[in-house]
Amino acid sequence: MKPEDFELFSTLVRQRSGLILTPEKTYLLESRLLPVARKHNLKTLEDMANMLRAKREEILMFDITEAMTTNESFFFRDNKPFVLFQKNLLPRLLTARAGKKHIRIWSAAASSGQEAYSLAMICAEETAKLQGWKIEIIGTDLSREMVTRAKSGIYSQFEVQRGLPVTHLVKYFQQVAGDKWQIKEPLRQMVQFREGNLLTDMGASGTFDVVFCRNVLIYFDLPTKGRVLGAIHTMMPSDGYLLMGGAETVLGVSDKFKVIRGEQGLYVPHASIYESAAAPLAAGIAVSAAAAR
Amino acid sequence: MKNCLIVDDSRVIRKVARQIFEAIGFVCEEAEDGKVALDKSTALMPGIVLLDWNMPVMNGLDYLRALRAMPGGDKPIVIFCTTENDLTHIQEAMAAGANEYIMKPFDADIIRGKLEQLGLMGS
Ligand SMILES: C[S@@+](CC[C@H](N)C(=O)[O-])C[C@H]1O[C@@H](n2cnc3c(N)ncnc32)[C@H](O)[C@@H]1O
Repeated sequence: MKPEDFELFSTLVRQRSGLILTPEKTYLLESRLLPVARKHNLKTLEDMANMLRAKREEILMFDITEAMTTNESFFFRDNKPFVLFQKNLLPRLLTARAGKKHIRIWSAAASSGQEAYSLAMICAEETAKLQGWKIEIIGTDLSREMVTRAKSGIYSQFEVQRGLPVTHLVKYFQQVAGDKWQIKEPLRQMVQFREGNLLTDMGASGTFDVVFCRNVLIYFDLPTKGRVLGAIHTMMPSDGYLLMGGAETVLGVSDKFKVIRGEQGLYVPHASIYESAAAPLAAGIAVSAAAAR
Repeated sequence: MKNCLIVDDSRVIRKVARQIFEAIGFVCEEAEDGKVALDKSTALMPGIVLLDWNMPVMNGLDYLRALRAMPGGDKPIVIFCTTENDLTHIQEAMAAGANEYIMKPFDADIIRGKLEQLGLMGS
């Protein structure tokens, strides 16, 4: 591929999605974009580049951007954040929101929906405590194809085995057409999916008590990560919770959030008075160290 | 807890499964049918059993029922691993006392994920 064509595609993708593509990714770019070219009746990627230069057609730019997204996801991915949500965050919110009995949860960059449905399964498991509560779970993703898949709630046999306990498979899925499984209606109704771009569509959906934003910021450059975290911060009450992926952190990226010691992947707004089980102890040590001086 | 009994009539599958479990740190025994598995379980109660369904001599479900009836046979974690991939079979297995269920084909990620859910991966 000609360097100027690579530059054209990678700039387009970065501006629209935040994804950074370095020249080592040329092969990936080619293999992902060739099907897009075919779909638009263009023979080569060079033709597609020229087409873009001649006419910045929205549907072509959309398809190119969508094709470059990495959509891997699975149920209860990394497990710990979900245990944390069920055992710690949800109980705290049940106290903190006892007045309005309303909790809003956002799966930002939801991909094919496994994260949002995992959260819905947890809420379903806790249904006894949630009588009379309104729980909203919203999943957004840039990719239209992923949003459509997520809404359908249909997963392959392979997908329903990655991270999903079989008891949950039996309880929350029904078998459809051979080896496909579909989330049952009551659970699907707990979750809404819509298209949404983390770079541009922020702020219109109100505030969220819990935000799962995992395995998407890793693809962005530092200023973009900071911008997205800043936007999430404005969409969260000071006692809200942010969960990020195992390879992600707010440290050195945004000062809007702070790390919670001992709770991997959990971040809270700077103004939060969250105290982890470990925090008072640590504070006590700091105090006694200061007193000793 | 760290000893694993792999029960499958296919030598190839036993070998693949064994490699996955050994990489995680389990010590593995193999059995080619339910009867052999039952004898081995009597000699040494396994911590975990990976269990095929359709096998000659004694099938996986019959082995599981016999195991659960043995003294101490309620302890092992039993994971079915079979081509039977419909809800009816899954429910029958769970009712007979299986702890988990894998539909073939499987890979290392699926096994590791199931073990993690069962709390057997150790961090
Ligand atoms: C690897 S998946 C992560 C899915 C899920 N959060 C998880 O951790 O399993 C990353 C997703 O981010 C989406 N994405 C990438 N850039 C985005 C953007 N600017 N706005 C919204 N979604 C984006 C992709 O379409 C993809 O589905």
